[in-house]
Amino acid sequence: MSPDDESAPGRVTLSPDDVRHVARLARLDLSDDEVELFTAQLRTVLDHAADVAALDLAHLEPSSHPIALHNVLRPDEPRPSLDRDEVLAVAPDVEDHQFRVPRIGGEAP
Amino acid sequence: MTTALTLAAQVRSGQRSAREVVEEALTAVAAGDTELNAFLTVLGDEARAQADAVDAAVAAGRDPGPLAGVPVALKDNLCLRGSPTTCGSKILEGWRPPYDATVVGSLRRAGAIAIGKTNMDEFAMGSSTENSAYGPTRNPRHTGKVPGGSSGGSAAAVAAGFAPLGLGSDTGGSIRQPAALCGVVGMKPTYGRVSRYGLVAFASSLDQIGPFATTVEDAALLFDVLAGYDPLDSTSLPSIPEPTLASVHGGADGIRVGLCRDLVDGCAPDVVARVQQAAEALAGAGATVEEISVPEFAYGLSAYYLIAPAEASSNLARYDGVRYGLRVDGEDVAAMNTATRTAGFGAEVKRRVMLGTYALSAGYYDAYYAQAQRVRTLVMQAFDRAYESVDVLLGATAPTTAFDLGAKVDDPMAMYMNDVCTIPSNLSGHPAISVPFGTGDDGLPVGVQVMAPALGEATLLRLARVVEAHAPQGAGS
Repeated sequence: MSPDDESAPGRVTLSPDDVRHVARLARLDLSDDEVELFTAQLRTVLDHAADVAALDLAHLEPSSHPIALHNVLRPDEPRPSLDRDEVLAVAPDVEDHQFRVPRIGGEAP
Repeated sequence: MTTALTLAAQVRSGQRSAREVVEEALTAVAAGDTELNAFLTVLGDEARAQADAVDAAVAAGRDPGPLAGVPVALKDNLCLRGSPTTCGSKILEGWRPPYDATVVGSLRRAGAIAIGKTNMDEFAMGSSTENSAYGPTRNPRHTGKVPGGSSGGSAAAVAAGFAPLGLGSDTGGSIRQPAALCGVVGMKPTYGRVSRYGLVAFASSLDQIGPFATTVEDAALLFDVLAGYDPLDSTSLPSIPEPTLASVHGGADGIRVGLCRDLVDGCAPDVVARVQQAAEALAGAGATVEEISVPEFAYGLSAYYLIAPAEASSNLARYDGVRYGLRVDGEDVAAMNTATRTAGFGAEVKRRVMLGTYALSAGYYDAYYAQAQRVRTLVMQAFDRAYESVDVLLGATAPTTAFDLGAKVDDPMAMYMNDVCTIPSNLSGHPAISVPFGTGDDGLPVGVQVMAPALGEATLLRLARVVEAHAPQGAGS
């Protein structure tokens, strides 16, 4: 992932390897055809975003939300929550009232 | 079709039963929706039971609520306890949420009847409803055209007369653009005014639930039911909402309207002509109309298509095959996560998740994500400056009328351009509405957009009512 020195500031050339890397981070498996297609399509979007990347906005604070966010607290008192059995009923796999998943480590237990 | 206001009055007075109204709606859906595919789930038994409860309340002399017996179409990203909620995605196929969205409870208390869950672009990512895993919705005004999106199912359901009211969600225009393309009213309220609890998250700093209706009055009626503080949504505004229906006929006298060149100039000539005509109508009705330019809006699209995917990449990390929804087996957890997401997500969702992951990744965070957030500040400041000299902004909702099914589905950037006029109010969190205003050269509906400052819904709806009253007769009427 290296900025393309020959083009406008902020413009990058997204490579097929970048797309494979990002797909791995996002837990997506892509076929070679998909890598090719997504590379071209995502490049178009990033090229369009070059107008924004090129702006000098160092004097502005980034806004994460349209309104000022503040912590919302409530009294620490027990109150009813979702029914455990009802929640677990929609889970793909359950054992002893817990979500069951395949093994996590690299080796068999 | 009969408005929600009239239907509710008839049901409240005992002139018509809620059951009769609901049966009529269900019959219309059964007859017409095979072709349109507006609904993913029809809630026949639930709707009938709820209608009977409303009728029982009327018979017992209890107040059945301001929306008594009114059928409502719910976008399928709103949780309805025990009913399928797919978000147009295979990854949530068969999932039945164990709780109701806050707006679903508000509707029920108001006596409204949810008759079904409507089709949408997968996880609300799209502008045509073609990204649904359950097939596209067709535009009731012309079945070869898209209904817009992502709330295309709700817009089509209201336009087809299946229900007088619908709910959608608007992250970058997903209520207003389909409203424009289907010839109905669609409104995005101020961020925080309507609780998002139980709305499946796409981009949390931009998402907002809002109404579809056939008239501005009905949109105001529904908005008043939806608005209000909710302790279950930490971004819910604690202000007491001022009802808008009472003032919706207040007229345009003395209101300063800014005809925003930047929300008009790039649009098709027939759309531009309608916006111009709406501006003249407002001036004739007593508003002061001046042309205004907000050049910062030009950067909104790029900023949005970095911020929304970034937030989506984070929000959609929850679809990992562990707690709900689809699971595709794998030899370990990571393989199971990957297999599940690869099988469960469609192409547009994958594109945006990857785009967002890229924008948030090391080395690109500042250049893309933080920069887009600075543009957001720029756009918000530009709005503030504009609202020093005018009360509302007027422009187009969408650059063109409804386009052909399949026309843009392989060209993401062309599809994204549909949102160019609607995105600024999502970045700022301000309310905005699309009102049908005649047709384009092709005879299809054109929507005119009105924008107002935060919490300006009353003024927004008042102005929208004046626009509606002067709309040329056509597909939108």
